[in-house]
Amino acid sequence: MLKYLFAKEGDIPQGSAAVFFGVSSIAWFIIGTGIGSFNAAKLAFPDWWHGLYALQFGHMRQVHVHAVIFGWIAMAFAASMMYITPALGNTKLWSEKLGIWNCLLYNVGLCLALALLWSGVTSGREYSDHIWPIDLYIAFVMVLPWCLNIWMTIINRRTQGIYTTNWFFAACMFMTVIVFLIGNMPEWLHLTGLNEAYMTWWFAHNILGLLITPVAAAITYYIVPKITGNPLYSHRVGHLHFWSIVVFYSTPAAHHLMSSPLPEWLKSFASVEGVLILVPAIAYVCNILLTMQGKWRMFVENVEIKFTITGVLLAIPLNMQGGFQQTRAINWYIHGTGWIVAHAHLALLGFSTFAEAAAVYYGMQVLLRRKLYSLSLANFHFWTLLIGFSLYWVSMTIAGLIQGAAKIYEVPYVDVVIAEHPYMIVRWLGGTMVFLGNIVWLWNMYMTARAGTVVPAGRQPAELAYER
Amino acid sequence: MAFREYKIGCYMFGIALSFSMFVTIFLPGLDISSVSSTEVALDKQLTYGRESGFSYEDPFLQGKGKPIKVILSKDPETGAAIDKTTAYVFPAGTPFPSGLTHTKILGTEVKALSESKGKIAEAKAADGAVFLVQTDANDTPYIEDATATRGWKVDAVLKAADQQIMAGSGKTMFIREGCWWCHTLLPEQTQDWQSFGRPPLLGDFNGESPTTFGSDRKAPDLLHVGSRNSSREWMTLHFFNPRLVQPHSIMPRYDYLWGDKDANGKPIDLKEWDKEYLAYARGERIYPPEVPSYAPNSDARYLIDFVLNLK
Repeated sequence: MLKYLFAKEGDIPQGSAAVFFGVSSIAWFIIGTGIGSFNAAKLAFPDWWHGLYALQFGHMRQVHVHAVIFGWIAMAFAASMMYITPALGNTKLWSEKLGIWNCLLYNVGLCLALALLWSGVTSGREYSDHIWPIDLYIAFVMVLPWCLNIWMTIINRRTQGIYTTNWFFAACMFMTVIVFLIGNMPEWLHLTGLNEAYMTWWFAHNILGLLITPVAAAITYYIVPKITGNPLYSHRVGHLHFWSIVVFYSTPAAHHLMSSPLPEWLKSFASVEGVLILVPAIAYVCNILLTMQGKWRMFVENVEIKFTITGVLLAIPLNMQGGFQQTRAINWYIHGTGWIVAHAHLALLGFSTFAEAAAVYYGMQVLLRRKLYSLSLANFHFWTLLIGFSLYWVSMTIAGLIQGAAKIYEVPYVDVVIAEHPYMIVRWLGGTMVFLGNIVWLWNMYMTARAGTVVPAGRQPAELAYER
Repeated sequence: MAFREYKIGCYMFGIALSFSMFVTIFLPGLDISSVSSTEVALDKQLTYGRESGFSYEDPFLQGKGKPIKVILSKDPETGAAIDKTTAYVFPAGTPFPSGLTHTKILGTEVKALSESKGKIAEAKAADGAVFLVQTDANDTPYIEDATATRGWKVDAVLKAADQQIMAGSGKTMFIREGCWWCHTLLPEQTQDWQSFGRPPLLGDFNGESPTTFGSDRKAPDLLHVGSRNSSREWMTLHFFNPRLVQPHSIMPRYDYLWGDKDANGKPIDLKEWDKEYLAYARGERIYPPEVPSYAPNSDARYLIDFVLNLK
């Protein structure tokens, strides 16, 4: 990487930025899930590793969240965008050099941001925990150069039209910048009280709804047609998905604060808009699953499709929960319980992660021109991820329902803690499986780069047989 | 962009996103900002100060630059006995809370009263000031600058105080140590009345930043915890090792907030304490080891003051 920092643009191999982002994302995925697993252990056995004050739960909890969101998810997005956008525009990435600098400064910035959170230097706002100097760094050093590369690649494309995936990439990066700068208003303008609380959740809602889920969806719009060879089922439905995301997904922020004293009109409005999230969700899932027509055997045989379609299938319970759990009828029961934690992991570790893992698997093979080293290890990774996630999701959902019941019957809180204990252990086991699977993934990717079968020019990795 | 449709699409995108922000930011902002501070909000602002998270005066979240809440039972100037009074002391250089520096946070009536009766315009952060929360005959709360109205000086008030509550610094500890990842500060409107007390009202947060409602309740809500349990001894044991008073608790131990030395200047040996505690847990000792008393300027004291002050 370092040797390309001061190289001429023409001397940098195409796809270098995407490869560096891809490798970084896997490394951060291991770090993030490792911290997550450690935190989960602390919730089951609080005196485990007592004395290791550096890893106190209250300091590590947000480090886990930001390591997986900014490290794994966002960097996997950057990796995907930096090879998919040029591929769809039949062109090169606008600037590989900018991409490489972007990747380096992204990693440096993330280390700094996490170190500060770790030491407790925080703004005290969930999801916008970073202090404002770090916010400025994230916006102008980590995100804007990335946006610039994507937008300029689309503008300089050599195709007439712009494919669905690229609409999402361009628009989501734009919305991310806007959401990030406006969502940090509590810090820029020193907002207080309910304005502060509401803007904190406005940011949290929109960063998830306008960056993480639509970009993951956009990735699957590329991966599924590309690997199966089927054209996208419907561009019209893709339009419906895109526009309903912009209109419906950007409005229900207040549904995160249904039990706070926000104005009632705002909560009702947010709740109705929240149900309308089902419009883009149904459009999207149908579009992808119908694209699979005639190629369903690849769901079993092809590891990238297996990851992608599992992600898409997980989007069904995700959106069904998401659409309805925020209505007053349901929210009063499950608000602030483990149910929400399970739902958040369904979005990030379920739907989004599976889509991104497919994009990184596929992208690394294409960019390195090497066939995946081992299908068995990839399948092992898939199953540890899926089983680990499922254990986590089921145990936290049950724990959440217990908490909800205890909440309405006003059971003494310590009885809830006792009742939740077995589920906390299962959550830890699930998280640990995900962590261990990711280590295997990194090994598999390393061996792919070293010893994978060379993919001849003009061929797809999927067309080659595995040699081991 | 080659196609006319893309140009139209970009305009539509701009209109849709702007409209969405108009409805979700501008209108709620207008509505929420029109709410006046309640008495609770005035107390919170004056207790916690300008900002409890990262700020210029306290970049490493050590609890610096925060006001001190005191309980008085005699007039600090004359020494005459008075009814128990809560005063908020801002030593020179302590930044004032947003309600005093921002035009809209107090609300029209509260602000007018605070200026006419409370003389808050005369207070200057550079010189320090002592504030009181008062209500007029119509139950409208307002802030009184006791330095201007009664001549109460910072040093005299601190000296005359029965008790000094470092809840402002404590809220910074609450944020830094991540207490709010498990303990919410928001009893829910639908069901929490009996266990956790009255849910907050619309104007109860004006001037507070950050509000740290919390989103994932893995532990009891704390908004009114000081009313449920006001025992400082219990809190001390609980923060040092929650399993001493609640064997099933999953709360981390906060023994490191005691610092190096206890209230008497004796060094605290956490490793040795843990060894003795484990012996107790195995049944080899009848009593757990003694919990050290915290020093008055320790992080533990700030945090316990904050929690007990949550009435």
